[in-house]
Amino acid sequence: MSHQPTPLLEVRNLQKFFPIAKGWLKRVSGHVRAVDDVSFTINEGETLGLVGESGCGKTTASRCILRAIDPTAGEIIYRTRDGRTVDLAGLDRAGLAPLRAEIQMIFQDPFGSLNPRMTLFDNVGEPLLVHGMRNRAERTDRVADLLRVVGLRPEFMHRFPHAFSGGQRQRIGIARALATNPRLVVADEPVSALDVSVQAQVLNLLLELQASLKLTYLFVAHDLSVVRHISDRVAVMYVGQLVELAPTDALFRRPRHPYTAALMRAVPVADPRETSTDTILGGEVPSPAAPPSGCYFHPRCRFADARCRTEAPALREVSPGHFARCHFAEQMAAPSAG
Amino acid sequence: MDPLLSVRDLHVTFKLDEGVVRAVDGVSFDVQPGQVLGIVGESGCGKSVTMRAILQLVDRPGQITGGKITFRQDSGVLDITTAAPRGATMRALRGADIALIPQEPMAAFSPVHTVGEQIIEAILLHDSGLSRKQARARVVELFQDVGMSMPEQRVDAYSWQLSGGLRQRAMIAMALSCRPRLLIADEPTTAIDVTTQAQVLALLKDLQRKYGTAIIFITHDLGVIAQMASHVVVMYLGRVMEQGPVDDIFHAPKHPYTRALLRSIPGMHGTTRTPLPVISGTLPHPFNRPPGCPFHPRCADAIAGKCARDVPELLPVTARQSASCFLYPAASPA
Repeated sequence: MSHQPTPLLEVRNLQKFFPIAKGWLKRVSGHVRAVDDVSFTINEGETLGLVGESGCGKTTASRCILRAIDPTAGEIIYRTRDGRTVDLAGLDRAGLAPLRAEIQMIFQDPFGSLNPRMTLFDNVGEPLLVHGMRNRAERTDRVADLLRVVGLRPEFMHRFPHAFSGGQRQRIGIARALATNPRLVVADEPVSALDVSVQAQVLNLLLELQASLKLTYLFVAHDLSVVRHISDRVAVMYVGQLVELAPTDALFRRPRHPYTAALMRAVPVADPRETSTDTILGGEVPSPAAPPSGCYFHPRCRFADARCRTEAPALREVSPGHFARCHFAEQMAAPSAG
Repeated sequence: MDPLLSVRDLHVTFKLDEGVVRAVDGVSFDVQPGQVLGIVGESGCGKSVTMRAILQLVDRPGQITGGKITFRQDSGVLDITTAAPRGATMRALRGADIALIPQEPMAAFSPVHTVGEQIIEAILLHDSGLSRKQARARVVELFQDVGMSMPEQRVDAYSWQLSGGLRQRAMIAMALSCRPRLLIADEPTTAIDVTTQAQVLALLKDLQRKYGTAIIFITHDLGVIAQMASHVVVMYLGRVMEQGPVDDIFHAPKHPYTRALLRSIPGMHGTTRTPLPVISGTLPHPFNRPPGCPFHPRCADAIAGKCARDVPELLPVTARQSASCFLYPAASPA
C-alpha cells in the first residue's frame, strides 16, 4: 500500500431496510434491517474483505454500492476516473450510466451468471456493446485480449459456456467484468462455488489482475481463510452492522470483537494436530427483523454484562485503523497461540 | 479386527448416449467399527457415488459393474453388491444399520409432514414392536440428544419452520433414530454457516463417542476432515490416490495429488496476498479420462513414458499408509 492512501469509495451510514408486508392489504408491519448503519472506506488499489455469515447483510451492502438495489439511507461517495466525487446513492439512472463501466461485479455462481445461449464473444463482449463499442472487429480484438488476460485461449470465443468447467466459467465472468476497464470490482463469493484446486488458481488470477490493472476490490465472502489471504483490510458484519474493521494482520492477530474471535475459532483448521479446546459459540444469529436490545451480539457473547443488554455500542477506533463495535474491545485478549 | 464395512475394487459406470462415465473405477477401503473415516476429493471424484453404491442407491443409467461391498452384521457378513436394490434385505439395512445424513437437509425432509412424523415413520418401519406413543417419546429423547431446545414442541414443527442448524440437527436425530452401526455423512455441513458448522461438528463428535457409531465423513473441506476423521481416503477421478491415518495424510502426504491439494489451500497462518501453489490444469471431462494414472496430466512429478501408460495400484508405502503412485517402487501396474 502507498503511504498516502486515496479513498476511492466512502460508504457513510448506509442503510437498507426491506418492508415486511402482512395480510391481504399488504400493510407494512415491520422492517428487515438488512444493512443498518454501515460505514467504511476503500482506498485505491486495495482489497477490502467483507465477511459474515448468511443474512448478515454483506451481499445487500455490496448490491447497494452497485446500485443494483436502492439504499434506504446513507451516502456512497465515489471518486470518478476524472477526479470528481459523486454520491452514488443520490444518482438517477442517467447519472449512473457512465459510472457503470467503472464499477463492475464478479458473481458467485459460474453456472448461473453466464447466458447459456450466448457465445463467449457475446457474453464477454456485451458490456462493450452497451458502453458504445459498435465495431465488431474492434470488439473481437478486445474480447480476445480479455480472454488471454484471464488465462483462456482466444479460440474459445465462439463456444458456449456449457463447454467449460466451473473454474473456466469463473474466468469468463472475470473477463466480462474487466471488459469496460473498471476501477472498482465488487466480487461476491467469487470462489466459494469452486473446488479447492481451482479456487487457488482463481485467487491467484485476482491478485495478478489487481497488480497489473490497478484494480480496487470489495471482496465479499464467508470463508475467513480466503478473505484473510486476499484482503489488505477486513470488515466483519453481524446482523446488518459492521462489528469490526481492521488491517488483515491486526484483525487476525488480535480480534477486538468477540464475534470476530468466535468466527475465527469456528473455522476448522486443516491440521489434525491443531484441535481447538475453546468453547464453541452457542445460539443462533438473530433475525434482522427483530434484533436484540443493546449490542446485537450480547445473547451469544460470553463477555456480555448488563450494559451490553441495554446500551448499543458504537463502532469506535480502538487502535490506529482498528475499529470495533464492543464496549470491552480494549479488554479482548489476543488468542493463545495454536 | 474385522472391518464393519469393506469395499473391494468397486466399479460404478454410467452408460450415457455420449459415452461411458467410469464414476468409480476400482475403489477399495475398509471401515472399522466405531471409526471415523474421512473421504476427501473434489467434484467428480466419485465420493458420493461410492456412498450411494454402499446403500444400493445408484440410479440408472448408473450401475455397479464390478467389485464387492460387504457389511458385517450380527447374523453374519452381508454382501451388499448381490442384494437386490429394492429387496427386503436392503430395505431392512438402510436406515437401521446404515444411515445417511445428506448434504441439503431442506431437500431431505418433506415440507408437508412434521419432522417428528417423518422420524416416527422411520422408527416404526424398522421396529414394529413399538407403539406410536413410544416412538414419539424416542424422538423427543433424540432431539434432546442432538441439543435441540424445546424438543416436545419441535417434534411438531415442519422442516421449513426450522433454521439451517436445527434442520441439520433434526436430520442427525433421524439418522440416529434406529441406532445404526454406520453413519454416512455426505457433506453434512457444506450448506450451513461456520459457527453453526462448528456446533454440528462438535455434536457429531460427541454422539460418535457416546454411541460408538462408525462414520464415513464425505467432504471437500480439508479443515473438516482434519478435525473429524481418524483415517482418510483421498479420491481423484474415481480412484483412491492415498489412504492412511489423518496425521500421516496431513503431515506426511505421499501422493503428489494429496500434497498439491494441501498446499493449495489458504491457511489461517501463512503469508497473505502471495500466489498460492496451484495444481496446474483442470479436471478432465468425465468422457475424456486420461489413460494411465488419472492424475498424470496435472502431476508435477509424472514419470515420462510410465504414468501416462500404466495405472498404478494402491499399495502400502509405509506401515500405515498406502498410495497409488509409481514414485513408490512397490507400485506395480494394475
